[in-house]
Amino acid sequence: MLNPALRDPAALPRLALTLLAVLLLWPGLALSELNLAVLFDERNATNMGRFLADFWPLAHDREFLRLLGRATLETLAIATAGMALALLIAIPGALLASRALSLSAVHRSGRPAWWARALRWPVRGLLIVLRSVPEIVWALLFVRAVGLGPTAGVLAIAITYSGMLGKVYAEIFESVDPRPSRALLIAGSPRLAAFAYGILPNAAAEMLSYTVYRWECAIRASVVMGFVGAGGLGQQIDLSMRMFAGGQVASMLLTFLLLVLLADQLSRLLRARLL
Amino acid sequence: MSISLSGVGLTHANGQVALSEIDLQVKLGERVAIIGPSGAGKTSLLRLLASNLQPSSGQIQLLGQQPWQLGARQRQQLRARIGLIHQAPPLPPRQRVVTAVLAGKLGQWSLGKSLLNLLHPLDMPGARAALSRLDLADKLFERCDQLSGGQLQRVGIARVLYQAPELILADEPVSAMDPVLAGHTLSVLNEEVSRRGMTLLASLHAVELALAHFPRIIGVREGRIVFDLPPEAIGASALDALYANELLPAVPASATPAPVSVQIPRC
Repeated sequence: MLNPALRDPAALPRLALTLLAVLLLWPGLALSELNLAVLFDERNATNMGRFLADFWPLAHDREFLRLLGRATLETLAIATAGMALALLIAIPGALLASRALSLSAVHRSGRPAWWARALRWPVRGLLIVLRSVPEIVWALLFVRAVGLGPTAGVLAIAITYSGMLGKVYAEIFESVDPRPSRALLIAGSPRLAAFAYGILPNAAAEMLSYTVYRWECAIRASVVMGFVGAGGLGQQIDLSMRMFAGGQVASMLLTFLLLVLLADQLSRLLRARLL
Repeated sequence: MSISLSGVGLTHANGQVALSEIDLQVKLGERVAIIGPSGAGKTSLLRLLASNLQPSSGQIQLLGQQPWQLGARQRQQLRARIGLIHQAPPLPPRQRVVTAVLAGKLGQWSLGKSLLNLLHPLDMPGARAALSRLDLADKLFERCDQLSGGQLQRVGIARVLYQAPELILADEPVSAMDPVLAGHTLSVLNEEVSRRGMTLLASLHAVELALAHFPRIIGVREGRIVFDLPPEAIGASALDALYANELLPAVPASATPAPVSVQIPRC
């Protein structure tokens, strides 16, 4: 037998936690009706195989490429315009919601007064409301309101992403070193100036990489929203899939990969310039 | 009167008493050093005077105004007339020295000017003049993370000199410098303060520097003012009493070290 002094005291709790996790996961699998067997069903497999076989050769005729180019530009435009509108709401929202710029926190060792905390709650609530409804739902709503086309996609991205960006920006402001901005505040600086000189230099890199990452997500989201008629690449993929044009779908998926790669490189480039 | 405290006490949120029954009057243009052992309350006193902490009891008057009777806006205006030199100046690592120094005037500039200054430094001659008093003019466009601790402290001093407040509070302003540089920097600071008619309060852990550079010395111990004298009236016994530490073994009077007895453990 093992010497009792050499037995790891953490072993038993770890085993128990593992068993508990498995026990909790099982009902999840059962409830979601995951059945991997359908993948190996012969008829399904041949159907899927035929669709995938169509992917090659890639569609590359002149007319399709022109269409693809237009759709790609439209997608980029939806994502970028949506992000720009989102930033217009997110930046003021984050400044209002963040504790980092609290004047009353300066002489309370970092804890704002109760009324200051209470005033931040409605702003936080607004940001929660903005991001709690998925962009696809907003897109469906706006397609009904303003009709088919990119406008619905832009508005849907602006609303959902402003909530996400605002929340994350506010948290970034709170997570960087608070001392530079506090020092400026006790030298009489206004709060926005203390933000620009004390918080922004430390937060800029993280904000930038998160913003570019969100832009990348917005590109993906605008494609998904295309399926419900909000323009861009998604609408084209939807059409091509309905026509069982596998080659066109493959070309568009490849374009997609290139867009994400582009966003990734852009983020890297900007961070390298800033850091 | 520049500073007037009567019966001021400060208790931290965790119930620890940092200062009690502080009475202090400092006239305009006076230069005062605060000395005392670690944890005596020197930093708390300075942060109280910078209205960075609110006293739990007593009356505090700064530059003729009671900071805690003012609204937030007027208090910010009062704070802009007081400069605090931090022991470790909190400067963002990626900020350039010129921006860090010019930030001293944020309390006096309009927001538009402050933001414009972030894009292009608006008063490079002013920043250079403040830095050159501290022999750092060549570091104008360096980033703050490329400076040593002593250089950062001097940038912090330059920022407050550029702010040109009426009252300067300095918390261990030369603690990261070698003795020669520390003495030189303190005399520069004192010269600037007397030339411009400012009031200066500095906490120092180097007693000899305090005695050499300041005409009035305040000894603080356990949150109370123990003495308030000109340097020539402070004797060795007063300093010994100020720095006496019951927790450490008393320094042996004899210069010869006690004989070391070696014990070889036996199994």
